[in-house]
Amino acid sequence: MSKLSLSKAFTTLLQRDLLLVMRRRSEAINPVLFFIIVASLFPFGTGSDNELLQKIAPGIVWVGALLATMLSLDAIFRSDFEDGSLEQLMLSPHPASVLVLAKVIAHWLVTGLPLLIAAPFMALLYGLPSEAMPTLMISLLIGTPILSLVGSVGVALTVALRHGGVILSLLVLPLYVPVLIFGSGAVELAVDGFSPAANIYMLSAILALSLVLTPWPAAAALRLSLS
Amino acid sequence: MTQYADISLQADSLSCIRDTNILFENLNFSVSAGEILVIEGRNGCGKTSLLRILSGIRQQDDGRVSWGGEDIQKLGASYREDMAYLGHLDGIKHELSSLENLELVSIYGKVSEDSIDDALETIGLSEKAELKAANLSAGQKRRLALARLLLTDCRLWLLDEPLTALDKAGIALFEELVKKHVAEGGIVVLSSHHELKLEGANTKRMSWS
Repeated sequence: MSKLSLSKAFTTLLQRDLLLVMRRRSEAINPVLFFIIVASLFPFGTGSDNELLQKIAPGIVWVGALLATMLSLDAIFRSDFEDGSLEQLMLSPHPASVLVLAKVIAHWLVTGLPLLIAAPFMALLYGLPSEAMPTLMISLLIGTPILSLVGSVGVALTVALRHGGVILSLLVLPLYVPVLIFGSGAVELAVDGFSPAANIYMLSAILALSLVLTPWPAAAALRLSLS
Repeated sequence: MTQYADISLQADSLSCIRDTNILFENLNFSVSAGEILVIEGRNGCGKTSLLRILSGIRQQDDGRVSWGGEDIQKLGASYREDMAYLGHLDGIKHELSSLENLELVSIYGKVSEDSIDDALETIGLSEKAELKAANLSAGQKRRLALARLLLTDCRLWLLDEPLTALDKAGIALFEELVKKHVAEGGIVVLSSHHELKLEGANTKRMSWS
């Protein structure tokens, strides 16, 4: 009997995207490399004032993670758009939003997760107090998936444009700002010895919302880009 | 093999406008189970647009396309379950081997009972199964895309210039596949510049200038 299985399609697509990244490693390393470079260049520019570095650490780490994610967004749909796989995905009987979600999760696993691993080392360079480290990790753990989810809508809208990069930044950056404010704000609170709970809850709420609300517009935007 | 019940793809007063250019208007046709529709015409006359409209990727400017009497836009997923589309792009991942590419069919729709090995054998790529698709020639990639058609259990095939880059043996193979598909009650709509040898099959031709 021929069969149609959504869970099979979801895992196959997720595995496919991870396998593709393994096959073109250089592309996958770029975002985290960018992040490390940005974070390690700042002290050269600002001078080695320990207090200042400690103060700007949450902001630098968060801005670095945000920009690194943004640079990698285009990769979510670009190659599939160019080789016709996206067309096939959209013509599949499976709900396009679920397939989009699989691709976004794959994107987070190859960009968000490495950033999460690199972040504590970068924060150490800035002398971020160790009490604030868990907060940094949690804020990034909740925040970076939001960046991938929200970004996917922007890329879906611009993937058919030849030079969509600028438009993508214009679309996506304003939506990233709240995440940046709550994310780096949480870390700053933790550095100053206050509870970052409120900011973390806010980030969690944004994550829950974007998990539920972004795959549909992204799928619709992809349909639009293909027609 | 599965035998299908009678069903048809029907276009009613379909029109397509690109910018200010009318590609076609008031187009009517119907293709039933066991029939092949070959669309012929010069470059830029709207063959690709028509096939994309039939697949549902593109919206028609007027008229309607129906599958078994129901509007395809309303049918949505259940129409896409029955339909396979092969456009100008093969939809092949270059970083993956032929085998790995075909293992992806479960994403694209219902998986048929045929095994991947058999499909590779049929299209003559079993020796290249482990080779990355990037190393295949354009014609071999096209063959791989055709293998995907065999692995998804779809009744309606919409094929846009399926013969591009295929050699003589490839074209003969393609003709066999199409004849076999319609003999089992499938429906094929294709556009082509080449003269296809489809004797024995119930073929309709539609040419417009």
